Amino acid sequence: MIVEGRIHVFGDNVTTDEIMPMHKAAATPAELAAYAMAGCDPDFPKKVKPGDVIVAGENFGAGSSRETAPLGLKGAGLGAIVAKSFARTFYRNCINQGLPILVCPDAVAAAKPGDVIRIDLESGRVDVAGRTFQAEPFPPFLLTIIRHGGNVGYARAVLAERARAAGA
Amino acid sequence: MGMTITQKILAHKAGKDRVATGEFVTVPVDLAACHDAAANVVMDTFEATGADRVFDPERVAMTMRAYVPARDPVVAQVHERMRRFARRYGIRHFFDYDGGPHGIEHVLYPAQGLIAAGDVFLNSDSHTPTAGAFGAFAPAMGWSDVGVGLALGTTWFRVPESIKVVVDGPLRPYVGGKDIVLTLIGTIGVAGATYQVLEWTGSTIRALPIEERMTICNMAVEAGAKSAIMEPDEVSQAYIASRGGRPGIVFRSDPDATYARTVSFRGDALEPVVAKPSLPDRVAPVSEVRGTKVTQVFIGTCTNGRLSDLRAAASILKGRKVARGVRLLVSPATRETYMQALKEGLVEVLMEAGATVSPASCGPCAALHSGVLGPDDVCVSTSNRNFPGRMGHPDSKVYLAGPYVAAAAAVAGAIVPPEEVAR
Repeated sequence: MIVEGRIHVFGDNVTTDEIMPMHKAAATPAELAAYAMAGCDPDFPKKVKPGDVIVAGENFGAGSSRETAPLGLKGAGLGAIVAKSFARTFYRNCINQGLPILVCPDAVAAAKPGDVIRIDLESGRVDVAGRTFQAEPFPPFLLTIIRHGGNVGYARAVLAERARAAGA
Repeated sequence: MGMTITQKILAHKAGKDRVATGEFVTVPVDLAACHDAAANVVMDTFEATGADRVFDPERVAMTMRAYVPARDPVVAQVHERMRRFARRYGIRHFFDYDGGPHGIEHVLYPAQGLIAAGDVFLNSDSHTPTAGAFGAFAPAMGWSDVGVGLALGTTWFRVPESIKVVVDGPLRPYVGGKDIVLTLIGTIGVAGATYQVLEWTGSTIRALPIEERMTICNMAVEAGAKSAIMEPDEVSQAYIASRGGRPGIVFRSDPDATYARTVSFRGDALEPVVAKPSLPDRVAPVSEVRGTKVTQVFIGTCTNGRLSDLRAAASILKGRKVARGVRLLVSPATRETYMQALKEGLVEVLMEAGATVSPASCGPCAALHSGVLGPDDVCVSTSNRNFPGRMGHPDSKVYLAGPYVAAAAAVAGAIVPPEEVAR
């Protein structure tokens, strides 16, 4: 699967309070899109086009485990996030919600706002600014969840397997 | 080569003799839980799995604590949906504000005897590591993970490395668990423990009462950590027993367990600290920010909303008044905390001093409910995060501190060393 879009650049330690305010925790996924990245740039939901990519520094998604953060970004049409590093729960939530997320510090260093970035999610190849970079590979277990489209697809597969085993 | 307490819990749960750090394991959960802020996503996810029942209604808990009492029609519908869900699936531990116990799960569930040593606790919140004070593996978790956990009764983990944090020696007056954990976060940074567990040990930790240990474990994620843990001892096991909880399984780290690193502090070198706006690792001694004017002081939350915190605040506020222009908000963590504070006369002390005491809830910690900050506000808060906009307007400023420093700031109208107010 290929993601290709324009780059939106953010810095280090972007927190989930900035990605999605907590007072929207009870909102529907459709409503969340209007608040994506509001704490950093209130106009972000208007600027972002389907398939666009956030490129960020260290520890993106710090703080709360609110899953409305990746849900809002996904709802806004974001294609992927590439960062130098991610906060752990945010990373896990993105995998669970099927929002592509890659660790690739060299690509971050090369990326400029508005440039086009192209990501091959299977291989981890990142093309930006006329150069090619290799993102950190996913552990095989995470690839299993990613290939199920997230943790709901994975859970359905596990439940089906358990039902088969019980029936056998 | 030996294993850490965290490795031993995960190995035991995975049915293995040993697990290596970096290995992925699937383990059964002892308790799966969610709160009202996460409930919609949790229930959506559970329903999307197609499961027709939860894995074990006896081992599921839900609590109302973020928007209590219901803030607006949107959250009122979340609460209604939670009640329907609890009825339909026979959820055993459902804590509504309808006369029974309720409040913030990090205080409520241990008090209800739901947390045991050696447990794997799956809960839709980043401050779940609080339960590490009882020797449980209690990682910060997202919301759909709990929805899936309700269906499967299992979850997966990458076995984490651990950082050993050693604190030895006596503490000075007015230095508590919050100062200890903030000092660590200031030392290693907000991403200093990413993917790792903070394993706390040392004579200072062993001498602390259980509530201050919970404060220390609570803020693991503010250092980026996956969880925090302390080896069970007579203090933690006595608390569980007093609450009718399960004895659990006591695991201890092997002497030759491998750690990513060790960080050590002398207890008597620690002083009261704050985290300056707007990251929890911008830690400074109170003396450095002495005189910073404040407009609001908030005492509460899963970090410092326990009875011992209200006692600490009351010890400063007794017979004193909040400074003019300062709003002191107090939010007990649970209904039981509130009732005990009433019976001890703490609520009277706080209100005589000028406090507004709100129902057991998260209060204004995440700008969810009453007490939201405006652009010119400067707040000292006993909560765990001071990110931009966390407690309201993005321009508001939040200093994190323990209950002594917070109460002293309310009296002085500015951040000051607690002993200056108390003497």
